Amino acid sequence: MSDQGSYYQRDRSWHPAALTPQYKTSVLRSPQYPLLSLDNTISEMTGPRFGHGTIGPLDNDLIRNFAKTGDAIGQRIIVYGRVLDENARPVPGALVELWQANAGGRYRHKKETYLAAIDPNFGGCGRAITDAEGRYWFRTIKPGAYPWPNGVNDWRPAHIHFSLFGHAFAQRLITQMYFEGDPMIWQCPIVSTISDKAAIDQLTAVLDRNATLPMDALAYKFDIVLRGRRSTMFENRMEGN
Amino acid sequence: MFQKLTTLKESPSQTAGPYVHIGATPNWVEITGVWDEDLGLVLVGPDTKGERIIVKGRVFDGSGNVIKDALIEIWQADADGLYNSPEEKRGKADPNFVGWGRQPTDGTTGEYRFETIKPGRVPYKDGRLMAPHITVWVVARGINIGLHTRLYFGDEEAANAECPVLARIEHKFRLPTLIAARSEENGMPTYTFDIRLQGENETVFFDI
Ligand SMILES: [Fe+3]
Repeated sequence: MSDQGSYYQRDRSWHPAALTPQYKTSVLRSPQYPLLSLDNTISEMTGPRFGHGTIGPLDNDLIRNFAKTGDAIGQRIIVYGRVLDENARPVPGALVELWQANAGGRYRHKKETYLAAIDPNFGGCGRAITDAEGRYWFRTIKPGAYPWPNGVNDWRPAHIHFSLFGHAFAQRLITQMYFEGDPMIWQCPIVSTISDKAAIDQLTAVLDRNATLPMDALAYKFDIVLRGRRSTMFENRMEGN
Repeated sequence: MFQKLTTLKESPSQTAGPYVHIGATPNWVEITGVWDEDLGLVLVGPDTKGERIIVKGRVFDGSGNVIKDALIEIWQADADGLYNSPEEKRGKADPNFVGWGRQPTDGTTGEYRFETIKPGRVPYKDGRLMAPHITVWVVARGINIGLHTRLYFGDEEAANAECPVLARIEHKFRLPTLIAARSEENGMPTYTFDIRLQGENETVFFDI
């Protein structure tokens, strides 16, 4: 199967709009002109590729990769899944980067002011490259919910931030993962920038008791879908004529 | 009952938030010892072909304030107009040039800065050459989905005038938002590319 076509148009109604007043920071950071539609050129259909040599052995283990005196504190979890494209095909060699708060909901960042304690053994960053079947996995601790200055009393549900590099710059994506069953998902002004409940559900990882490590860590499955590409069965023929 | 398509939906975007640097440039926010060097800091080495340049700028919000928590990524062709990517089928790009860079905007000045090379021209879909350009992607707190734009070079007037992508901009007064002015900094050609998310002179962003 040839793979040379451009990427499917992004469904902008599935993604959040730029301007979402309930998330106040978006008000002054949202473009007001319509985006200029541009069918992919080679500048968007190519992208950087990161080799497995980029990644160190502990990069996907947030319990250990910053540890100084012992393991990070918190509920031990495995986060695993596949990176697929919209054609439901695996995306091998994708770079998956993630970052998160610690078990108390505090980030390790100089601008962070939340009073929850810093965990001396938790940095909060990790990365992995997907295998031939598009699979990745991380070991980490479940992040805590945290308050943030938006409304007087707004809280983020427990979440993990994800950044993805597929095979083309057109596929570049940053998103967040939520946890199945968390009632705070439905109270969050950032989650609600997404208007379709099915789209929010797509960002909600599911508890997988079969992938649990007995006496060690719970497991959550989180598949990520990047943009898919047109097949050029017909385009090629047209170019040949 | 009609048949169902088997395609999936793209995972919806969410904002990168204020702490994107923990994941993207941890060393820059003093999370050290996890990995040695943040990705995307260095684009050029001693053997990279092409004219060395600096690309720098700031990101402004709709009130004209400088945004100090943004993350900028760039993607560009090598000096001959080839991308260092497995998807590049036209030839083999300079192995000493990755073509991808990532920089935070400075926490104090709000400036981002890349040392790179001037890219060659690459063709549009119909074979016409586009003007030399760098693809730019901006994320930050308050940006719900990453913004794509392009940096074009102020001293490429002839190429810019015939670029099929620039020609698609209907409102010509917006064209200058994509054109980086050239100056010199310690003898290095320096292109300044400010990005305005909103308001007067809002940058042209693309839906690619
Ligand atoms: Fe967060």
